[in-house]
Amino acid sequence: MRRRSRRRMRNWLPGFLLVLPSLLAIGVFVYYFIGWNVAVSLTDWRGSLKPSDTFVGLANYRQLLADETFHNDSIHLVIFTGFFMAGALALGIFMALLLDKGVRGEGVYRAIFLFPMAISFIATGIIWRWLLNSDSGASTTGINKLTEAAGLGFLHSEWHKTDSSFAVAAIALPAGWALSGYIMALFLAGLRGIPEELREAARVDGASELRIYWHVIRPMLLPVLLSAVVILAHISLKTFDLIYAIDPGGPRTETPALYMWQTTFRGTFFARGASIATMLFIAIVLVITPYIWYTMRQERKK
Amino acid sequence: MSAIPDAPAARTRKAWSWGRFVRQLTLFALACFFLMPVYALLVTALKDPAHVDVVKMWSLPDSLSLESFRIVWPKLQDGFRNSLMLAIPASLISSMLGAANGFVLAKWRFPGADVVFPIILFGMFIPYQAILIPMFKTLSDIPVIHYKAVGGLEGLILVHIIYGLPITTLIFRGFFAGLPDELVDAAEVDGAGMLRTFFSIALPVALPAFAVSMIWQFTSAWNDFLFGLILTNTEYWPITVALNNIAGGQTVPFNQAMASALLASLPTLLVYALLGRFFMRGLMAGALKS
Amino acid sequence: MQIRRRQLLGAGLGASALIALPGCSDQGGGSGTPSTEKKVEVFSWWSGPGEGEGLAALIEDFKKQNPGVEFINAAVAGGSGTQARQVLTTRLLNNDPPDSYQLHAGQEAASDIKADKLEDITYLYEAGGWKSQFPKGLLDKLTIDGKIYAVPVNIHRSNLLFFNPKKLSGWGISGPPQTWSDLLAQSKTLAGKGVKVLSVGTTWTQMHLMENVLLGELGTAKYNGLWDGSTDWNGDEVIKALDTFKQILAASVVGTDDWQPTIDKVIAGTAAYNVMGDWAAGYLQGPKALKYKTDYDVVASPGSTGVYNFLADSFTLPKNAKHKEFAEAWLKECASASGQDLFNPLKGSVPARLDSDKSKYKDYLAWALQEWQNTSTVVVGSLVHGVVANNAWKSEIERAYGLFFTDKDSKKFAGAVKAAYAANK
Repeated sequence: MRRRSRRRMRNWLPGFLLVLPSLLAIGVFVYYFIGWNVAVSLTDWRGSLKPSDTFVGLANYRQLLADETFHNDSIHLVIFTGFFMAGALALGIFMALLLDKGVRGEGVYRAIFLFPMAISFIATGIIWRWLLNSDSGASTTGINKLTEAAGLGFLHSEWHKTDSSFAVAAIALPAGWALSGYIMALFLAGLRGIPEELREAARVDGASELRIYWHVIRPMLLPVLLSAVVILAHISLKTFDLIYAIDPGGPRTETPALYMWQTTFRGTFFARGASIATMLFIAIVLVITPYIWYTMRQERKK
Repeated sequence: MSAIPDAPAARTRKAWSWGRFVRQLTLFALACFFLMPVYALLVTALKDPAHVDVVKMWSLPDSLSLESFRIVWPKLQDGFRNSLMLAIPASLISSMLGAANGFVLAKWRFPGADVVFPIILFGMFIPYQAILIPMFKTLSDIPVIHYKAVGGLEGLILVHIIYGLPITTLIFRGFFAGLPDELVDAAEVDGAGMLRTFFSIALPVALPAFAVSMIWQFTSAWNDFLFGLILTNTEYWPITVALNNIAGGQTVPFNQAMASALLASLPTLLVYALLGRFFMRGLMAGALKS
Repeated sequence: MQIRRRQLLGAGLGASALIALPGCSDQGGGSGTPSTEKKVEVFSWWSGPGEGEGLAALIEDFKKQNPGVEFINAAVAGGSGTQARQVLTTRLLNNDPPDSYQLHAGQEAASDIKADKLEDITYLYEAGGWKSQFPKGLLDKLTIDGKIYAVPVNIHRSNLLFFNPKKLSGWGISGPPQTWSDLLAQSKTLAGKGVKVLSVGTTWTQMHLMENVLLGELGTAKYNGLWDGSTDWNGDEVIKALDTFKQILAASVVGTDDWQPTIDKVIAGTAAYNVMGDWAAGYLQGPKALKYKTDYDVVASPGSTGVYNFLADSFTLPKNAKHKEFAEAWLKECASASGQDLFNPLKGSVPARLDSDKSKYKDYLAWALQEWQNTSTVVVGSLVHGVVANNAWKSEIERAYGLFFTDKDSKKFAGAVKAAYAANK
């Protein structure tokens, strides 16, 4: 036992060296650039294409925290993230479970569920803008028209044109449509990676299929769940192209990512854009870190 | 004991086919939902400009016209070639690096591995618009080697590789963490070093993870607009820029926009189809036996 | 088995490198150093039906006048250059500008000028005698601090009211409204027939409507004053105009559609009017194949007869352009009468020059050109399309508008705009 751990210690160097280039690259292309953002956010660079040297400390952050638009945008982001993540996870896992047992034409179904991700966001935006059309009467179209044709006219929805703060939840629909296929692929790969022997052993012991899924397979999918959650969270946070294509400038669907882009490249308010970027990054780190810790600890217990 | 196995087998077979039917039905319904927007896309692409109307989005075209496809293809050609030159190397290399990272962080750990993993992972969370300016500056004149990586494709490929590292590492780490330690220990007992274990034990069983990683990276590189626009000169613009020029202008020719979107999505679809084999059941069969 | 796999891996990576090899960047020429190559790189956002073809015609003429010069058409679509702006910002910040790029004429250039990124091209105007070729109202808006930095190619008009004459007569309406109160009165008649009086779309189209409501209600003098600080945003008149705008929105069908499906509603008869710029005429006449005066008709938006609320696309000369000589040649092409007459009929706009060939402009464009060249027409600038407000202020106005749209508080909106003006001068 001790001999193995000593040999392992001698052997950790090649592993570290293998990972080192990635670490260095990320150090520059992520952390150094974030540092640049932080530096800019502490100045008052705005209104011109010439960077400013004036140090204003945390003034930009204080302004942002008092900013009504930023408040609204943050609420929208939380709502969007909640609906999007829950929906994509549920649907993705559901589809993976459906396909796991093997079904005729599995390859076709897989391709169909993955296809939305292949379509460029520009076209996705246009077509979903049409689908989520909120007009009524003679110009009803989009999904509303389908529900009307099916006799379910009472399901007519205003989607993201509604006055409620939940307008942005409507955008979770195209986002989920695009991403659930990938979540399905993640879980399918995870499920297929579990040796059949384990399931067989449980079956021989007399466990029902449901119990197998819950007690044997589910714990082994913990790392896959981590991947899925992290992927969905980061997409949700950075979603810009889709919302911009569906409802550009719409106040009820704006998120901090859109605000940041608009204020930097159209408003030339670079300092504020950098502040938003920094806050976004810190927020996601704060939220995800505990989840990563928890997952890694669970893995260690196994 | 000997009489009992028959009854459960008979019971399972009948229950299995009922369940199978419900599963098929549900899958079919889901497929319809997923294809509904694609139907709208296709139908619009086949209409002629005067008949494209948001109110009539669900109706079939009055007359099938492949004109939009004919018009947009020449505009997409160059972008097609550029995107291929970009997406294939970028996705292959970042997947390989991710596999290496994932393997080390999951199975061949070093002190501090549990800290290195989040450090790499958080690279996913920066909003790309926020780092455009410093990135362009750095790539225009890479320090030390004074190489200009903008204008052509190499800067773009590099950037896709680097920003792909967090997610490929995440995917592979998750996959390798799910593997039993015995696999690696067995190789070690045989005297294999890290690289040998990686190439001969870890990689072969990681094919599903490779598929998942390639799907993401290829799609991400193929559909990327922002970096492709900023880091390349006109002649190297990827297909997304050409798409934007068709679909993002002031007056959008919707039929052409949809046609070009469909054409542009074909290579990615092809990749998904090709990688589908890696999802086959039983890749892990026999791995434990050794 | 293992060796073969490793070889395969090496082959795969090698192939990747080989595939990427032809795409390597050309290392020649640091940023900002002038080059002797015969080429010119021009950024615009003209890519799409109409504008793409117009630009192509202009480029062809340029090549004829300047043989042997390679023209790099770096057009990136995106209304008002939203996407192109990202590239331009990064390149300008890195002192690696293109040889010329497109900007809306007016205050939109302010942030670039302030950062000293644009050349003062008054000398080109003097050499070419252009000052007498463009209307004075236009030149005034182009001149910032006594200098001119851009060459206008085309003129669009923002204050237009589109309608379907056949539908109007079917509803018993004699003609389009002359004032915004008339419009509100008509909306009551139309409500009885289940038709909304106006169709509006995404946020920028709403602001486009708003600027023309302000223009119609306040008149040209006070409208101009909104943008140079002489009209008080918090004053009663402005608040009243904003309240009128709110009423108009309430009587309209507000969708989240693009401007094209929004104006389609007017043609289809689900809405009576639509306020849009004259690119809509190009759309209705071109892709929709409708006839001017019979299938669709255009008048000045209520309260703005005889007023030209203009926006103009123009080209600039960045400092440290690598191919300055050919960039100047491009600007001369853009300013020339022949160039403008090649571009504008295809684009669906009127030329900025006064000496254009009128026979090339038909239907709506003929009427527009006549108004533009009429000396009694009053020229004012558009807010939404970058003439009267610099980028920083305009962005703050858009932000305040977002809040205004949700909470409908006119006083708060006006106050925010006024404060933003002071902060972003």
